[in-house]
Amino acid sequence: MKIVVTVKLVPDPNAEKRIDTSTKRLVRTGVETVLNPYDEYALEAALQLKEKAGGDTTVTVFAMAPESLKETLRKALAMGADDAVLLSDPALEGSDVWATSYAMSHALKKIGFDLLIVGGLSDDGSTGATPGALAEYLQTPLVTNVRKADAEGNSLKLERETDTGYQTVAAPLPCAITTALTFGEPRYASLKGIMGAKKKTIAPLTVGDLGLDREVGVSGSKTALLAANPPAARGKGQVVEAADGATGAKAIFDFLKERKLV
Amino acid sequence: MNFDLTDEQKAIQSLARDFAQNEVKPRAEEMDRDEAFPYDLVKKMAELGFMGLPFPEEYGGAGADTVSYALAVMEIARADASTAITMAAHVSLGATPFYLFGTEEQKQKYLVPLAQGKMLWGFGLTEPNAGSDAGNCQTKATLQNGSWVINGTKAFITNSGTDLSGGTTITAVTGTRSDGRPEISNIIVPQDAPGFSRSKKYKKMGWRASDTRELSFVDAKVPKENLLGPQGEGYKQFLTILDGGRISVAALSLGLAMGAYDEALQYSRDRVAFGKPISKFQAIQFKLVDMLMQIEHAKLMILKAAWEKDRGRDYVQTASLAKLYAAEVSHRVVNEAVQIHGGYGFMDEYPVSRMYRDQKINEIGEGTNEVQRLVIARLMGL
Repeated sequence: MKIVVTVKLVPDPNAEKRIDTSTKRLVRTGVETVLNPYDEYALEAALQLKEKAGGDTTVTVFAMAPESLKETLRKALAMGADDAVLLSDPALEGSDVWATSYAMSHALKKIGFDLLIVGGLSDDGSTGATPGALAEYLQTPLVTNVRKADAEGNSLKLERETDTGYQTVAAPLPCAITTALTFGEPRYASLKGIMGAKKKTIAPLTVGDLGLDREVGVSGSKTALLAANPPAARGKGQVVEAADGATGAKAIFDFLKERKLV
Repeated sequence: MNFDLTDEQKAIQSLARDFAQNEVKPRAEEMDRDEAFPYDLVKKMAELGFMGLPFPEEYGGAGADTVSYALAVMEIARADASTAITMAAHVSLGATPFYLFGTEEQKQKYLVPLAQGKMLWGFGLTEPNAGSDAGNCQTKATLQNGSWVINGTKAFITNSGTDLSGGTTITAVTGTRSDGRPEISNIIVPQDAPGFSRSKKYKKMGWRASDTRELSFVDAKVPKENLLGPQGEGYKQFLTILDGGRISVAALSLGLAMGAYDEALQYSRDRVAFGKPISKFQAIQFKLVDMLMQIEHAKLMILKAAWEKDRGRDYVQTASLAKLYAAEVSHRVVNEAVQIHGGYGFMDEYPVSRMYRDQKINEIGEGTNEVQRLVIARLMGL
């Protein structure tokens, strides 16, 4: 089975971030780039499936990102992916979901897969739309929010996390899934993995390799970002002063009840 | 000059940081309170490759360099000094002697499981009456019917009595040199050698979750081939081992200072006095700046020593300076971190109180600050 995991390279979620008002983009200077945390769960799912299936199962990670972020992909290789493909091209800059998933789908067709695993969300853009768009362009079934997966011959038995419980779903291969955060904590990259990752390949792809029949980047996008604003500053909290614990607790409880929070 | 870490060094540093912050730090207070040796953490560190970080892959190690090793020790110590000394003593004192001086057979038998972290190993140099004066070794070993018969006592030996400990390499007097001085050799003593026993764990002020014991040898017997390297080379060997060990204890001291700085910085932002966070007051700002300045300074010295070692250069003086300086920096930084915490810093539930206790040994272990100055003065030709 050939498993491909898409990973996005995003600014460190724990770093303090700022938006450049003129470009409406995040200021990347001084902010480390990391694997999108949701995609680490997708990779963990792939590695678990590979361990269970054994044999000739391989895990390839795929990213669309500037060439300068190439080394960030190395962490996925250190965690245990077999190889990586990086689609880099200045022409892709400013692509929205429409253009991004179009370019990615062509790259994924070129790479080929039996199972495509996509993180449910990106930490920076947070549209959550890419998995669906990819499945549409690739004409594969998509099962979202998967918390458990088992390969059974030429199909997958999956458990989908829902608000009320979980569903058991079967899907044929090839197909695409997104992972729930309950799939399992992403593993650490071991020292051996880190040392071995140096020898693994990160194959380059450019837009020219994809044979696209429409534009990508800003001009190939359907949506335009009009403004990007920081969150509104939080108002001053309400301080409850009370004579004793019981009165204070009641005041806080009434406050929450009034807002239907309890 | 190039101050950039390599991608590999960065990856190892980031792995060590994630592991230490997620797995080690949340447990540090409890382990300290219960004097509990962290078997599960050691197992995880072994699986990740930390316990054999600088040894070649063919001996079960990860094949990383000394810079990576120093960075990893720093990050673990930043979370918990006990866990860091367990790792650092295992690598630098337990496993390194086999790597440097062992025969191929000894490397296969001992270094491989040690580098894989399946077994821990101690290094027995200090005695109740021979600390800085390590040449005054009282433990004796004599060859009788093809066996070394050992008598004596070793003190303060890390990793010597855990359930994972496979044995200890000790220094012993094995004869008299032609100049009349005692001849010292290193002897490999497995845990099950007859006549070899370990005391209960010492009750310690700091490093309480690490395993430290007194070892006693009463007609203890090991086979003749348990000599490490040539007979009579023991003195030279342990000096070489301690040279390398200085980089890791320096990194450990610095990591502790970094951890205390992290705590103090966070506390100064959270704690409000006179209507604003105390980080807005110059008195606190100056302390934090001085702490950071010293941390950055010590880091440069440690990484320089590691860099020199990786290039096969003479790193002994840099490593000694780094060890001494980092120990003094950790003393000052931890002290100020407690000061910034005020009364809370004196309370058990705040990590800085543990760090304050953990810090002191940095100025004593593997060469006191005073002996370190002597070593450096000699290197300076004074």
